[in-house]
Amino acid sequence: MTAGLEIRNLYKSFGGLKVAQDINLDLKSGDRKALIGPNGAGKTTFANLITGILHPDSGSVRLNGVDISGFKESKRVKAGVAKTFQITTLFKSMTVRENIRLPILEREGKSQHWFGRAERFSAIEAEISKILAQFNLLKFEETPVRDLAYGQQRLVELALTLALKPRILILDEPAAGVPSADSHMITDALERLPDDLSVLIIEHDMKLVFKVASKIVVLVNGAILTEGTPEDISQNQQVRDLYLGAQHEH
Amino acid sequence: MEADIIRHKPAKRLGGIFSRRILLDICLISAAIAFFFIFPNNLGFMTRVLVMIIMVLSLDLVLGYAGVATLGHAALFGSGAYAAGIFAVYISANPLLGLVVGALAGAIIAFFSGLILMRATGLTLLMLSIAVAQVLFELVNSERDLTGGSDGLLGIDMDPVLGLYAFDFYGKTGYWYALAVLVVVFILLRVFVASPFGLVARGIHASPERMRAIGTPVYWRLITIYTLAGGIAGIGGAVSAQVTELVSLESLGFNLSAEAMIMLILGGIGRLYGAIFGTVIFMTVHHFAASVDPFNWLFVIGILVLLVVYVVPEGVLGLPEKLRKHLGMAK
Repeated sequence: MTAGLEIRNLYKSFGGLKVAQDINLDLKSGDRKALIGPNGAGKTTFANLITGILHPDSGSVRLNGVDISGFKESKRVKAGVAKTFQITTLFKSMTVRENIRLPILEREGKSQHWFGRAERFSAIEAEISKILAQFNLLKFEETPVRDLAYGQQRLVELALTLALKPRILILDEPAAGVPSADSHMITDALERLPDDLSVLIIEHDMKLVFKVASKIVVLVNGAILTEGTPEDISQNQQVRDLYLGAQHEH
Repeated sequence: MEADIIRHKPAKRLGGIFSRRILLDICLISAAIAFFFIFPNNLGFMTRVLVMIIMVLSLDLVLGYAGVATLGHAALFGSGAYAAGIFAVYISANPLLGLVVGALAGAIIAFFSGLILMRATGLTLLMLSIAVAQVLFELVNSERDLTGGSDGLLGIDMDPVLGLYAFDFYGKTGYWYALAVLVVVFILLRVFVASPFGLVARGIHASPERMRAIGTPVYWRLITIYTLAGGIAGIGGAVSAQVTELVSLESLGFNLSAEAMIMLILGGIGRLYGAIFGTVIFMTVHHFAASVDPFNWLFVIGILVLLVVYVVPEGVLGLPEKLRKHLGMAK
């Protein structure tokens, strides 16, 4: 049995448009990989194929040796695959604490309790406090999420996703929309992710990618163009011509 | 150090909310008791209000908490009414057994219709929910031998409640019976909405995508919530059948579904109390406006809804908060 995520020969088309073509990717325990590519390359589609929002036409997604290709999204989350969204997707009318409480209740199999208050589990409440402290969000715990700054909402989303204790974490443009003055909050949070967590980060901000990722995968027209270390990628002339251009002067 | 940072502070705030709610509960129950003595000649109308509150509470669970907008809630209410009525006529006239039958009928119809409805959203869902209610309406209308068709189900003669309190001509027992059922339903719903499952319902309302992304099978959770709401609406229907000893096709009609939604919007969705205030306001205005002008009373209701939607979109329950903010700004 291989630890981590194995993606083999993944194909997906929408009518005549091929959005995933023979994609092969490994994400081992503790890996930090970035997925980059021009707009429309199929990065978010690929993430959706991993998380089960979309299902492939052919190919397989295996997690720790188990084929999860046929699993629905919710079942893949239970298996250990979690993601953050390109546009922050939170329970905005709820408080920060409630936003973290929900995934933990779900993870612990307590979300279907019909009686007793949702906040009665002291171990869960302590865990929420610990997570909020880790992301410097404790002072906002009773604040409705909609009242937070966008950068803080991004942190809440990351905290919420980590509350699921995933084995594979897919971050879809975690710094998108965050003012550059606040982007260090996201970078700091990403650098503090658990060592054994496998992370696939989809990001346009190359500064962030080069800081966080140890490997970079370049996706073009739904197919992997190349994979390598940040140094390899930054020196790859084809990648520079197609995508990096003047974005990154190494 | 970390232990100092990590603390649980909401207890005080929650305590304040609880005591305010308990005070409000006591006021509401006292008012319901007082109305019995103040308006002894209006017990029939007041009992109808109590029954309707049960139905609107059920709608609040679906619409206010889980965010599922339907215009076919009468299907669940009417199913409970017909099931309890037929049960009373042909099997047993025990009111409490009838409540169970009504709840089961509402829940079963909600479960099976929910299998289709909960796959849809928005306008499609609204249309499908109306369609389900219409199918039931025509089905009941066509089965005249069993349901009485357009004449309604007659011949219901209920046994005394708990073998002690017979349903009387003036509706005294009916009023206390409906009030008791409403109080039990309200308490159960309040427990439910504060529970982890209640939080899940609010989560689905706030963001079904995020709920799926945390591993919640949203479709099945919605079916569970809809089935529970069906059970409650069925209880409302059963009480209606038992206290009036008549079930008419109107209990499955579109008007009832639409009025229930207007009552909820008037009161304020997603708070339970909104169902109570909205129903009382709607039915009282309806009662008096219709007695003044039996043909144009809808005009008054229309103006009332327009006012609420434009001035306090959160419903009348949002009024104190709105006033507080307004006065705060004035200072």
